[in-house]
Amino acid sequence: MNFLYAFLFAGAACSIAQIILDNTKLTPGHITSIYTVIGAVLSFLGVYDDIIVKFGGGATALISNFGHMLYSSAYQGYMAEGLLGIFTNMFTKSSAAIAGAIIFAFLVSLVAKPKD
Amino acid sequence: MTKDDYKKLVKKHTPKEPKLRNIVVAFFVGGFIGFIAEFLIYMLQESFGMSKVIAGSWTCLIIIVISSILTAFGFFDNWVNKCKCGLIIPTTGFAHSVTGSALDYKKDGLITGLGSNIFKLAGSVILYGVISAFIFVVIRVVING
Repeated sequence: MNFLYAFLFAGAACSIAQIILDNTKLTPGHITSIYTVIGAVLSFLGVYDDIIVKFGGGATALISNFGHMLYSSAYQGYMAEGLLGIFTNMFTKSSAAIAGAIIFAFLVSLVAKPKD
Repeated sequence: MTKDDYKKLVKKHTPKEPKLRNIVVAFFVGGFIGFIAEFLIYMLQESFGMSKVIAGSWTCLIIIVISSILTAFGFFDNWVNKCKCGLIIPTTGFAHSVTGSALDYKKDGLITGLGSNIFKLAGSVILYGVISAFIFVVIRVVING
């Protein structure tokens, strides 16, 4: 049942994005940015944790989870260390995604030939 | 021919985007990635006894590695053209944009090409994510006192 929920949630989020993409002049760059900000907003409202409990991988696989990770780690940093904690903890949760993307993009692009 | 006539003519001859089909494709492709993510989290929890958070991080990393490699082999660009948001909105889109720009600008050199352009597309996601997270934390702190 969890798998079905994950499927439906991720599918719904993607099809909403597709509707926005087809009916407005926004580019995919706009939409991914908007989704990231939406993730931060939902996290701010305290909704995103509930969404993850309910939809599991369907919610964590989306780019909006990036906004959620940034917000929640920054806020936890504030709670632990005060103002400085916002800056020192901003990337703790999303570090895997950013470092992974950088490292593998670099390694892979060294090996692969660009198509022209 | 006036400008309006010309616009009508252009509109008549531009191929219509099959909007409904795009939505259905995005739904199933995006849903499939969500399903894979949930499945990986479940499998990692069951077979390695990981906690849910660690399994989630591994899943995120696995998805990123796979989409980087597929981008490098050139499959992913075609798929993104066909599936659009189904692949752009999940984390696959983030990895694809980083790897894609690294590959595209590699010919300009490692520093001026790859190095300075690797975040050409993904930069906006990181920038606005960080800015919005910072603003919301400040708001939260102000509200809570």
